[in-house]
Amino acid sequence: MSISKARLCAQTIKDNFVDLHAPLNALQAEQEAARCLFCHDAPCVDACPTGIDIPGFIRKISSGNTNGAAITILEENIMGGTCANVCPVEELCEEVCVKNSSEHKPVVIGQLQRFATDHLFEKSTQPFQRAAASGKHIAVVGAGPAGLSCAHRLAMLGHQVSVFESRPKAGGLNEYGLAAYKMNDQRAAKEVEFILGIGGIEIEYEKSLGKDISLDKLRQQFDAVFIGLGHTAVNALGLDNEAADGVYNAVDYIEDIRQQDLSSLPVGRNVVVIGGGNTAIDIAVQIKKLGAENVSMVYRRDLKAMGATEYEQEIAQTNGVVIRTHSKPVAIHTTDGKLSAVEFEYTQTDSNGRLVGTGENFSLPADQLFKAIGQSFNPQPLQDSECPQIVAGRIQVDEQQRTSLNNVWAGGDCTAGADLTVEAVNDGKLAALSIHEYLK
Amino acid sequence: MADLSCKIAGVSSPNPFWLASAPPTDKQYNVERAFEAGWGGVVWKTLGEAGPPVVNVSSRYGSVDYNGQRMIGFNNIELITDRPLQVNLDEIAAVKKAWPDRAMVVSLMVPCNEQAWKEILQRVEQTGCDAVELNFGCPHGMSERGMGAAVGQVPEYIRDVTGWCKTYTDLPVFVKLTPNISDIRQPARAAHEGGADAVSLINTINSIVSVDLDIMAPKPTVAGKGAHGGYCGPAVRPIALSMVSEIARDPQTHQLPISGIGGINHWHDAAEFIALGCGSVQVCTAAMRYGYRIIDDLVDGLNNWMDSKGYSTIEDFRGAAIPNVTDWQYLDLNYETIASIDEDKCIECGLCHIVCEDTSHQAIRASKDSDGKRSYTVIDDECVGCNLCELVCPVPDCISMVEVENGKPYLNWGGHPNNPMRSE
Repeated sequence: MSISKARLCAQTIKDNFVDLHAPLNALQAEQEAARCLFCHDAPCVDACPTGIDIPGFIRKISSGNTNGAAITILEENIMGGTCANVCPVEELCEEVCVKNSSEHKPVVIGQLQRFATDHLFEKSTQPFQRAAASGKHIAVVGAGPAGLSCAHRLAMLGHQVSVFESRPKAGGLNEYGLAAYKMNDQRAAKEVEFILGIGGIEIEYEKSLGKDISLDKLRQQFDAVFIGLGHTAVNALGLDNEAADGVYNAVDYIEDIRQQDLSSLPVGRNVVVIGGGNTAIDIAVQIKKLGAENVSMVYRRDLKAMGATEYEQEIAQTNGVVIRTHSKPVAIHTTDGKLSAVEFEYTQTDSNGRLVGTGENFSLPADQLFKAIGQSFNPQPLQDSECPQIVAGRIQVDEQQRTSLNNVWAGGDCTAGADLTVEAVNDGKLAALSIHEYLK
Repeated sequence: MADLSCKIAGVSSPNPFWLASAPPTDKQYNVERAFEAGWGGVVWKTLGEAGPPVVNVSSRYGSVDYNGQRMIGFNNIELITDRPLQVNLDEIAAVKKAWPDRAMVVSLMVPCNEQAWKEILQRVEQTGCDAVELNFGCPHGMSERGMGAAVGQVPEYIRDVTGWCKTYTDLPVFVKLTPNISDIRQPARAAHEGGADAVSLINTINSIVSVDLDIMAPKPTVAGKGAHGGYCGPAVRPIALSMVSEIARDPQTHQLPISGIGGINHWHDAAEFIALGCGSVQVCTAAMRYGYRIIDDLVDGLNNWMDSKGYSTIEDFRGAAIPNVTDWQYLDLNYETIASIDEDKCIECGLCHIVCEDTSHQAIRASKDSDGKRSYTVIDDECVGCNLCELVCPVPDCISMVEVENGKPYLNWGGHPNNPMRSE
């Protein structure tokens, strides 16, 4: 059988999907917090897209004021719990930690952040209160990190919020798109519950923009609108046979991993992943954890050019994924309508810095192929209404997340940026503050 | 290799590291383990008079932890030995017989009357020990019964008791001093007048190491209550060094041998005590923190340092720092240093800037370029050379204090124009 379910026994699969890092215990947190120098004007704060007072929350961990630490985090980043697990800290706060200079080892800020936020979530108390009711009502489209962040901040500021979500669950990519070994145990759902706990936020599920609701209508019915649609389109390879059995969009399969019984998922013996970003890493590592024998992640350029950080590459390699570089897909081969192999051409960079094929090809036998070459914003849901300006395929916004339309804001992956959860959370927060000013 | 052997007040030991009178020296078992590990001597845990021994409480120690480190300060509410006198005397004799080259000093504390001291001394002498140490320092429990620090805080008592002891024994008499007094020279002079052969200091400091905020009681807590205890460990070392220096440079006591005690954790701590005149040093907290095996580096580290400095014996550097301990009034007011920051070593933590800006002289400017690179610049005219930036900087040798060659002559407060009392 080239593709089969439950290649590994249920217990093994379960063991394979435990947290990437065990949470710090209290002693580890104390020792690690003691390493923090409590820098003044700390570089880590500058590097955090949400500007969390990192030395401040670490000092609170040091003093035993762990609840206070969590609030310091959540004040700036209401999804500080998720970000603690999924932020690429190796290229954000931890990359610039001054301890890299003195000891070649940063303070593990992400893990300390998890220690603090877990502590607060265990008590499931809502530390934030709502301001007096403003009488204003704002529509938020999309219950992902950007939308929920915006909604929470608006609720704090005293506004009423209606969130329209096309799917049956809230959380966006936190719920549907993160690697399960980074965010397990219903963590995303619990975080949504925590965010909604402030009150004043109603979510209308399975309501899609452009189908069940329109931007024009929302603008008429609400005092302001925030669009946090995310990425809804998946890039294609542009090859024949992309619809063959065994060819998947990585994001669809990752969603299945998060939403379905792991033992029910189809797992190939020989698996090929095309792409060089974190999604490619996520699918390659997880399909390996599900029992695939040979997993190759193939990327057209070199390791340095990959969107996935060095740390993510290491996770793939230590999980037995083979990373092949300088190879671009040229053909998908099938037998009886089923995937049988993927053919690649070696590439090189020419004197002008362009990537060109060498004319030399090789094939990898494959019974599963995962495409992870990027996603994009799909503006189609806006087409039935007056549409905000779109530049380079994304909704254009200013530094306050304002679109070209006077009462419409946008943020997250549907706008330009680094496509990180933490960026989306910040977009939502900035938009809420701007909406609040606008409504005054 | 240097010769670490020491001789103080007639007591010899192969190295200057003795275990202080405390729990680590309460029994033959402990002391023999210490000698096997290489300790140069011990001061046996304080013996009391014959009769029913004292009773100790359960929960005896408290700790001051700092930034993830345990026991930078330590206190105890334990009393003197709670074992029968004769058991201790027999064990002391046995250990001294088996380890003749090690210093065996016996700590004593009996009520403040001549007969009591006479009786205990007669019995102790029979053990073959090298000296006695009079415990005039213990600040808790025993002091409530008129012993320990209750004696050490009254110079006349010290003089008289020391005198009795000198009368009734030929053994060298060490007098252990309490730091719970405003001028340490007074009890030292009294011991000297009484004929003491040496002083040992410091004993522990009155302390409450912490308050348990759940039960609202001091730690260590005994059935919901706590009492002040004796504080020791690395945190008290500066107090000990200062008191040792006071005695070492006092005209009346500068010849009096000193056994230094107080927070000695590493060999260089010991070297500092010796540089201030101590002939031996006593250690307790560090042993209670890590076990006796710390003696290995104490000896090895001191030896290697002495080799590097060309000192072949303890006497070569003993007291070498005393001439440089002076009174503030003699410090040179024309001497100037300013901070210098090595930008190549700077890791951009900003601590030097913020502490100077908030709490000192606004003498370090912070700036940030467009790439977010931070730099810190000393404003020479504002820097008073206080050292704070150098002290908070986490990188060794990144900030140094550089002497300013100002060509001005030595000038102390006595001759300074701002001094209304100056001598013309």
